[in-house]
Amino acid sequence: MFSSHQLDATFAALADPTRRAILARLANGEASVSELAEPFEMSQPAISKHLKVLERAGLITSGREAQRRPRRMDPAPLAEAVEWIERYRKIWEGNYKRLDALLDELQRAGARESDTAAHGNRSASRSKSERPATGAVAKRSTSKATRNKTTKRKGGKGK
Amino acid sequence: MSQTSEKAQQNAKKGVDVTTPSDREIRVTRTFDAPRELVFECHTRPELLKRWLLGPPGWTMPVCEVDLRVGGKYLYTWRNDADGSEFSIGGVHREIVPPERIVTLENFMGDEALNTLTLEEKDGRTTLVQTMQFENREKRDQALKTGMTDGMATSYDRLEALMEEGKAA
Repeated sequence: MFSSHQLDATFAALADPTRRAILARLANGEASVSELAEPFEMSQPAISKHLKVLERAGLITSGREAQRRPRRMDPAPLAEAVEWIERYRKIWEGNYKRLDALLDELQRAGARESDTAAHGNRSASRSKSERPATGAVAKRSTSKATRNKTTKRKGGKGK
Repeated sequence: MSQTSEKAQQNAKKGVDVTTPSDREIRVTRTFDAPRELVFECHTRPELLKRWLLGPPGWTMPVCEVDLRVGGKYLYTWRNDADGSEFSIGGVHREIVPPERIVTLENFMGDEALNTLTLEEKDGRTTLVQTMQFENREKRDQALKTGMTDGMATSYDRLEALMEEGKAA
């Protein structure tokens, strides 16, 4: 089972853009420290520090070849952390897609109100649509108060 | 990996971005094609909240009470229509700045979390940032593991299992 401590080490390791870039490079295959240092404006010791963090998090391992000691990526801890985040993300994406639809409906209802209400305070640029809105918002927009206000409207059709 | 980071970029642009800015926080970022007054209303009016804050498929929110005052409480109860199971999240409003900021102290599965919602509008689009700060790392990880709540995550697992069965059949 994956412990909280390991997960935290994974997240901490991933929080740094240099370390993420190193992992991205290692995802394409093993590389030595000098090869990994190449794309960055950083000293080899600085890169080595990042590699140590990645190693402690279990995200990379080093090979045994005496001089080169190539680093390799270990995908397991990363996959687990990504899976948690992805699942969490999916739940909120589901929520926010419904919110998108609701906001769209509210804006259409708002546009309709400003088309018809004598002193609607929403800008005219939003009043593109005259399609009737449905649901809770539509009920609200035809509440008594609104109806009273909109009795003076000119040329509005239906309720 | 390059595919993964491309996907992450797309998510940042269009979808939900989930990050862990510190070892006891979860941050969710998302942009909406709407002015922030409306996004704010959708986070504070029960009849609107009930229509979107539902979690995985199969859940409804029969109870949604919001006392939008500093010190005022809120309570959400979700119900799984398939098996009748229910659970709740509640909290107290700490700070309310319409239409840009709400801070609550939330009771999250027996633990408390400080929940900060900020809304920033630019060119008619609103960027929402929701940061949940837990007491410690373990509690943060637990929340991350279970999604919105334990019950919902279980239901989500079940749904995934069913989908897998469907594919295999």
